[in-house]
Amino acid sequence: MKKFFCSVLALLMLASFAGCGSANDANNNNGEVFADGDQYGQIGGELNILNWGEYIDPELITLFEEETGVKVNYVEMTSNEEMLIKLKSSDCVYDMCFPSEYIIEQLIASDLLMPLDMDKLPNAKNIAADKLEITDSFDPGNKYSLPYMWGTVGILYNTKMVEEPVTSWSVLWDEKYAGQIWMYDSVRDSIGITLKYLGYDLNTRNPEEIAEARDLLIAQKPLRKGFGTDNMRSSMVNGKAAMAVIYSGDAFCCMDENEDLAYAVPMEGSNVWFDNVVIPKTAKNTEAAHAFINFLNDGAIAARNTEFIYYSTPNQAAMDRLDEYFTENETYNPPKEVLDRCTVFHDLGEFVSVYNEAWSKIKMK
Amino acid sequence: MKRKVFAYPYIVWMVLFIAVPMLFIFYYAFNVDGSFSFSKFWATLSDPEKWRVLWVSIEIAFGTTVFCLLLGYPVAYILSNMRRSVAGFISVLFFVPMWMNFVLRTYAWQAILEYAIPNLLGWADKTLTGSVGSVMMVLVYNFIPFMVMPLYNSLSKIDKSLIEASGDLGANKRMTFFKVVLPLSVPGIVSGITMVFIPAITAFTVPALIGNGNYNLYGNEIEMAFKQAAGSSGAADYSVGSTLSIILLLCVFISTAIMNRFDKDHEEGGNLL
Repeated sequence: MKKFFCSVLALLMLASFAGCGSANDANNNNGEVFADGDQYGQIGGELNILNWGEYIDPELITLFEEETGVKVNYVEMTSNEEMLIKLKSSDCVYDMCFPSEYIIEQLIASDLLMPLDMDKLPNAKNIAADKLEITDSFDPGNKYSLPYMWGTVGILYNTKMVEEPVTSWSVLWDEKYAGQIWMYDSVRDSIGITLKYLGYDLNTRNPEEIAEARDLLIAQKPLRKGFGTDNMRSSMVNGKAAMAVIYSGDAFCCMDENEDLAYAVPMEGSNVWFDNVVIPKTAKNTEAAHAFINFLNDGAIAARNTEFIYYSTPNQAAMDRLDEYFTENETYNPPKEVLDRCTVFHDLGEFVSVYNEAWSKIKMK
Repeated sequence: MKRKVFAYPYIVWMVLFIAVPMLFIFYYAFNVDGSFSFSKFWATLSDPEKWRVLWVSIEIAFGTTVFCLLLGYPVAYILSNMRRSVAGFISVLFFVPMWMNFVLRTYAWQAILEYAIPNLLGWADKTLTGSVGSVMMVLVYNFIPFMVMPLYNSLSKIDKSLIEASGDLGANKRMTFFKVVLPLSVPGIVSGITMVFIPAITAFTVPALIGNGNYNLYGNEIEMAFKQAAGSSGAADYSVGSTLSIILLLCVFISTAIMNRFDKDHEEGGNLL
C-alpha cells in the first residue's frame, strides 16, 4: 500500500528497467545530524516498531540505535487491517506503530492507545499547524497521535497517451482509454473517489449513494486494466497503462522515473490521508518510543526520511530544509486549494459492511 | 505393533493443523450469537453471485486440468520410453523450477507477461496480463509437473511384453496405444487429474497476481471475506468466509470421491476408457 517500492520494483522488473531511488539524493542538511541540537543519551532496552513496508530510511534506525543504545526491532505490515489485528491481540508486543486516520478512530474508541506525553516530544512543535488542524478531526486535540506522512489520492497519467488535461474523475470512464485504466485495489479508496465523482461525501452512510457508486464501478469493468497496488507503479513507469488511481507519494516516485507522467487531484475532490505514529497502551518501552517519535520529528531527520521515501512530510522544519524539487512539486506539496477539496476518511463502524458488500460485487463481476 | 509409535507425531500434526482448523471453520459458519443456527449459513448461500464465482472457478480449474493432461501425457509417454537414466535426468530438470517458491515464479510470470514478451514483440503499450487466458496459462505452468509425474510413474510401470504381445497379435501402434497403453495408464491419469484440479480450484495467488484483480476466483472470494471481517470494527464475523470454505471443501471431497471411483473401477478390471 502506501509504501516505497524500490526493492519490489527491482525484483519484479528486468534489468533494463532501472529502480527508483537515489535519483534525488539532495543533501541540504550540511552534514549536521540534528536540527534542534537534541541530546538523547542512553535509554537502552528494546523498541518494537510496526510500520508499513519500506516506509522509513533504514539509516535513521541505525542512527537512533547508536544515539540511544536502544535495540530496534522493526516489523513491516501490508495493511491497516493486519495492524489492527495485531494491536487488538492480547499479547501485542509493539511499542509504536503507524496506522491511518480511520483506524486511529477505531483504536481510540477501543481504548487501545496511550496518550502521548508532549513534554517528552519537544520536536512536535515542528509539525505544521495546518496539518494538525486536519488530524484533529480524527484525533481530537492530537492527544494520541502525531502525523508521520501524508498525501492525497489522485490520477497518475501518461501525457503521451492522455492528451487532454486531467481535471475530472470522469476520465476514468472515458471509452477512449479502454483497457488502460488502473484502479486502486482497496475498498475505501476506489469507492471513495467514485462517491466524490458523483458529488457525494466519501464517508457517506447512505446505502443508495453507495449502490450508485457500485454500479458505476461495475460499468467501468470493460474499460479497466485491473485493480492494482504495487504492480501499478512499474506498469505506469514503463508506459503500459494510460492512467492509475494512486497515492501521491507513489505518483511522485513514478514521475521521478518517467518524465511523461503527471499527477492530478480532480476538481470534484478526493481523499487526503495521514499515516500517524501512535503508542499502544500495552507498550513496554514508552521512554524509547517517545524518544523515537521526537527523533523522527527533528527537522533534519524528517527531511532525510522524506527524501528517502518520497512521501510528504507534515513537518514544517523539514519542509524548510527541502530543496525546490520537493517543495515546488504540486504532487509532493499540493497547494491549499487542492487540499480544500479533499476529505479525510473516517471510521464507519458497523456500516463498513455495506461498503464491503458493494466491493465484493464489484470485484466478482 | 510398536511401530505405531512413529505415526504419533503425524497424528498430532493432523489434529493440530487439519482437524482443529476445520472445527473452527464449522464453528464460525454455524455459530450465531453463541448458539447453533443455519441462518448465516443460508444467508451466505442465497447469494447467486457467490455461486457464479464458484462456477467460474470450476471452469478455470477444469480447463487447466485438460490442458495439463493434453500437454503432460505426450511428455510422460516420451519419458517412459526413454532409457531410465535419461528419463530420470529429464524429470529432474522438470522439477528444478518447483524448488523455487511458487509465489516468486508467479511474480516472474507477471514480469514476463507484462513486460518481457510484449517488449520483445514490439508492443510497447500492450500487456498480456489480466486475461483469463494468461491466468490459465500460468496455472498450467505451475501444475503441469503434478500431472507429468504420476503419468510417468504409471506409464513406466507398464510391462513392455504386453505391448510386444499386442504387436504380435496384429495390432498396429495406434491400436496398441489406445487398447493397451492408455487403459493401463488410467491410475496415473486419475491421480494427475486429482493433483491438478484440486489445487487449481483453490488457487488464489495466480488470479491475484496475473489477473490484475479482474479474475477473482473462489479462493480470492474467501480471502476477501476473511480480510473484510478482520478489518471491520467490533467482533469479527467470520461466518461468510467459513461458509464459503465449507462449500469449497465439499467440492474438493466430491471431486476426490469421483476420482477414487474411477480408480477403483479400474483396479477391479473395469475398462472405462
